[in-house]
This record gives sequence, structure tokens and C-alpha cells, in this order.
Amino acid sequence: MTSAPVTHAVEFKDVDIVFGEEQRRALAMIDQGASREQILRETGAVLGCAGASLAIAEGEISVLMGLSGSGKSTLLRAVNLLNVPSRGTVMVKDGDRAVDVTACDKATLRRIRQERVAMVFQQFALLPWRTVAENVGFGLELAGVSASERKERVARQLQLVGLDQWAGKYAHELSGGMQQRVGLARAFATEAPILLMDEPFSALDPLIRTKLQDELLQLQKTLRKTIIFVSHDLEEALKIGNRISIMEGGRIVQTGAPEEIVLKPANDYVREFISNVNPMSVLTAWNVMRDRRDLEPAGEDGWLWLDRRNTTRFKVGPDGLVVAAEREGRPAAWVSCDDLDALPADAPFVFWASPGTPLKTVMLAMHRSQTAPVALLDDTSRFVGAIGIRDVLQGVLRRS
Amino acid sequence: MNWLPEILSEKIPVGRWGKLFFDFLTANFAWFFDSIASALSSVLGGASAYLLMVPPLVLVILIAALAWFLQRSWKLALGVALGLLFIINQGLWKETIETVVLVVSAAAASMAIGVPVGIWAAHNPRVYHLLQPVLDLMQTMPTFVYLIPVLILFGLGVAPGLIVTVIFAAPAPIRLTYLGITSVPKPMLEAGEAFGATRRQLLWKVELPAALPTIMAGLTQCIMLSLSMVVIAALIGANGLGKPVVRALNSVNIPLGLEAGLAIVVLAIILDRMSRIGGGVRR
Repeated sequence: MTSAPVTHAVEFKDVDIVFGEEQRRALAMIDQGASREQILRETGAVLGCAGASLAIAEGEISVLMGLSGSGKSTLLRAVNLLNVPSRGTVMVKDGDRAVDVTACDKATLRRIRQERVAMVFQQFALLPWRTVAENVGFGLELAGVSASERKERVARQLQLVGLDQWAGKYAHELSGGMQQRVGLARAFATEAPILLMDEPFSALDPLIRTKLQDELLQLQKTLRKTIIFVSHDLEEALKIGNRISIMEGGRIVQTGAPEEIVLKPANDYVREFISNVNPMSVLTAWNVMRDRRDLEPAGEDGWLWLDRRNTTRFKVGPDGLVVAAEREGRPAAWVSCDDLDALPADAPFVFWASPGTPLKTVMLAMHRSQTAPVALLDDTSRFVGAIGIRDVLQGVLRRS
Repeated sequence: MNWLPEILSEKIPVGRWGKLFFDFLTANFAWFFDSIASALSSVLGGASAYLLMVPPLVLVILIAALAWFLQRSWKLALGVALGLLFIINQGLWKETIETVVLVVSAAAASMAIGVPVGIWAAHNPRVYHLLQPVLDLMQTMPTFVYLIPVLILFGLGVAPGLIVTVIFAAPAPIRLTYLGITSVPKPMLEAGEAFGATRRQLLWKVELPAALPTIMAGLTQCIMLSLSMVVIAALIGANGLGKPVVRALNSVNIPLGLEAGLAIVVLAIILDRMSRIGGGVRR
């Protein structure tokens, strides 16, 4: 058993997963950087994933993303050892220490599976001879939780996913979306802090999928689980992921926050992936703004032009707070983007947004203010930068 | 090329080897086979005797109630009662009870052997590879062939009848249990593993419930195969509905043959409908 200072909920270190007999030769070929096709042709072994290193912080939703066959599910399933890595370690946080699931004994692995890591499956994997309540209590039953406690915990989970009326039904009597809610409740019931989700919503129709994504995000606000989520749908990944790892041919090609992936794709594969993504769904004001240090001075005493056309300027004090604003030569008020509808009657005004404001809101503010620039103020009202119309266009078109 | 006919004309003494083997068994283990035979015949005979002590009409009502309990169908309970009354009317009640005892105990023994062996084979591909030719042999070897050694080892009576029936019927539950366990959907097994099931929990809470409909189909098949052996069992002295059939055959007695044959058919239908437990339910 391995102990190490715990820094992450889950950490993959140089994980290779090879399916087939000739493990050693395949691993040697991986070291030489051979592709999956070469390895298959020469050894008959199938490369699941190679050289995967990834750390997942507690409370984070980390999405593994890629086309089918890119190794994303393979890597996910190494966390609870449904797939056994051929090489490398997978550290899983267990209380105040980390356990290497690839090297731990059977009893430890079982405890990790019962109490630390729960899983939601693509095809739901419910047991058809059990009622909804019995399915939700399945993990607790395996862990030897007493019937009375099980009943109480199952009832709580069913309530959480809104299925308390369906406790006595069988899985096939439920719609797909409801079945996956049962799958979610089954995973939540064990109160495991780490949740593995293997394309959980892919088998559902688009409307239900969106709904369940929203519900998951809503639940996550209170549950604060560490979620590793596998998806082949970039929109889904961008919507729910705090971080996204893009996989190709068994290797992780890029890891980053959603907007990093969209703004700075690491290679052509990622670029192709994001080519169909609507940038409006990920970009925030922060991603397109010009930093205040890059703004053109507009005279003495800390005046700065917010836009390249020199229509609007702010006077920023030494403490970073905005002292005065001027629009087309007239003193102006600065108004939050959140108050688009409560505009000052006739006085000139300039909108401001916080860095996390969606780009869409910023664009709406520009539209309302005859394409005036939008200022960015941080949580403590300090001036951080500005967005002009050209910055928006560059961000949306991903050109500079 | 003149050595070829010589080799072909030299007969391999397979039959003699077999006989030597059985001679060895009878010479050295007669006490063992005799005690098995007497134990089996006293158990089966005792069971028949107890059932025959119950007034037939009471037993008919009890069996019909059991049919209702198993399948929750009034129609089936009524049909079972009418069928059994027909058998009483034909004067074949005693033979029917003896046959039921033989068939049910043969089916129970076949299931007791077949289900564990089927599970073992499903978990262990090598066992399955070894088992397959044995099962083929059990099912294709003409029954009369192994009737002879069984008769020598166990003597005349109900015991050899039971053993022959089990040899013939046990492959069905083995094969169907194997089929049921190996065709449990992989995601269900993974769900079990992912939530930390032990191997035993995986078997009892995932594999067996998932395979139950197939295993139950094995039970039904097993009962039907056992029933198809009643005439052959009668040839080596087992009592039951096979006896009148054999007697009718020997004396070319068409009415007796028809009566006994119909009783077997009625019994087959009753047992088949009653033993379809779990099939079609909850699926």
C-alpha cells in the first residue's frame, strides 16, 4: 500500500493501458512513440491509452474528451480498476492519504469502490429485477449497510433526483432520462466523494440531455464532488467542465480550462474539434479584453482610452478605482451590464462588466450603447481592462 | 500396401475394455452401488407411499392450489385439477404418483448437479471445453447402451431408472446455466464490480438473478426430458406410467397404451405449465 501527501482527488501518473498478450513489446513500442496502428500491426495488442498524466483537484469537474476510440473511457475506468493499467500509477484520495489503486490489495480496492469512487454508466447498467429503490441501494447493500439505514439513505437520494414517487417501479417502466437519474442516485447513495461518469448522457435525447446536465450542475453546487466526466460532445464538455483534457489515439493532447481550449488549441486535432463550437458559449469578458496596461494613455492624471477610436476614456486613481469617465467629450456615468434595462435617462453612460461576465452579455451592452466600449472591473471595483468592438470580433472569429 | 487391410481387420477391443471396467466395478464396489440403490429406492418408494396415503381428491386440490400459487392463474389451476381427475378416472393414479416422484426427484438431482457445474463452466473456459464433449456424449449416446451397465451396477428397480434419467436430463440445466451466466450483460457485471462487489456477491446479486429466466428454462426442459425417460425407466424396473406402456407394447394392447400415453401427455402439460417460474416475469 502506498501513502503519499495528498494533493489531488485523483492523479494519473504516466498511465499506459494495453489490451492483449504482448504487453511488454507493446510498452516498448509506446516508449519509442509508436502509434496505435503500428502497435496493433506488430504485436496484436490494442493501445488503450499511453503516457496519460493528469491531476484532478477536489471538487472539480474534469472532462475527458475525444472521439470514440481515443482512450477516454479506458483512462476513466482505470480509476476504479475496471481497466488495469499496464504501467503507471493511479492515486486516489482516501481520507487524508492517497492510495495507488494499481498496487493496493483487494480489500482496499473494494473499500475504495464502495466508499470513495462511484460510477455512472452510459447504458445506465441498472439491474432489471430490482426496483428503483433496490437499484439505488445496490452499492450500500454490497458495502453491508444495514437495511434500515439503507432505506433512509435511498429515500434521501430518490428525493434528490426527484424520483421518490417511482421507488417501487422497475427500471424498464421508466424513461431513459429517469433511468439515468436512478443511475445518478445509485452513485450518490454511497456518498463517495469521487464520481466517474462514462458518457452518462450520450444515450439520451438532446432535450433530456440538456436537462440532466443542468441538474447535475445544480446538484454539484451543493454536493461538491470530484467528477471525472467522459464525453465526446464538446458542447457538453465546455458546459459542465472546469477543466477539459482532449484525447487523441490514446494520448492526452491538451488539458486546460474550456476557454483555453477554444482560444488556444494545441494542435490541428483540437482545432478541428472546436471548429464547430459556438465561441459565445464559452468566452467571457476576461478572454477578449485588453489589459489596462495595454491601453493608450488619454492625457495626464491617469486618463486611459478604452477604445482604439478614442471615444471613451476613464480616469483611474492610483488605487485602481475609477475616478471619472468621459464619453465623446462629456462626463459619463458607469453602469453595470447587469442593469441593462435600468439606463440613466439622458446622461451619457459607459457599461462595465466583471471578468467572468459572458461575452454575450458584453455584446448586448455594446449593442445598447451604440458600440461604446465596455470597461472591466474586478470584485473590488478596480479597473482591469476594457473591451472594444474589435476585441469582440477577434474573440468570436478567433483571429488576431 | 498390403498392411492396410490387416490393420483394419484387427478390431480394437473397445467393448471388451468397457466390460472389464464394469466387471472391476461390480467385483470391488458392489457394496457401494448396492447401498446407493437401496437408499434411493427406499427414499423414492417412501415418498410415493406417503403421497398415495393421501386421498386422491385432497391431493388434486393441493396440487391445483400449488399451481395457482406458482403462476397466479385460475385457468391453470382449473386445468390441472381437470387433468388429474381424468387420470384418476382412467385408474392410473398410483402410476402417475410414482412417475411424478421419479420425475421431480430426477429433475431436482439434475438441477442440483447442473446449476453448480454450469456456473463453474461459465467462470472457467477450460472447464467448459472439457465438459462439452462429455455433455455431447451424455445426450447422444443411445440410452439403451448405458442402461446395461447401470442395470449391472444397481440392479433392477427405481434407482437405476433415476440414474439413467439424470444422465439424460442433467446436460440441459448445465448448458442453460452456462448460457445464462455467460450472457449476463457486461455493464451489469461492471456495475457490480464498480460498487465493490466480492466474487460471491457478484454471483448472488448480479449473475444468478440475471441468468434466472434461462436457468428456469433449464428446469422446464429438464422436467420434460425426465418425463420422456419414464418408458425406458420402466424397462429396468422403475414403477410408474411407463409400466402400462411397456405392458401394452408387449401384449399389443391398444386401449391400455392409449390410456397410459394420454396420462403421460396430461402430466407433461401440467408439469410444463407449473414449472415456468420466473420466465416472462419482470423482463
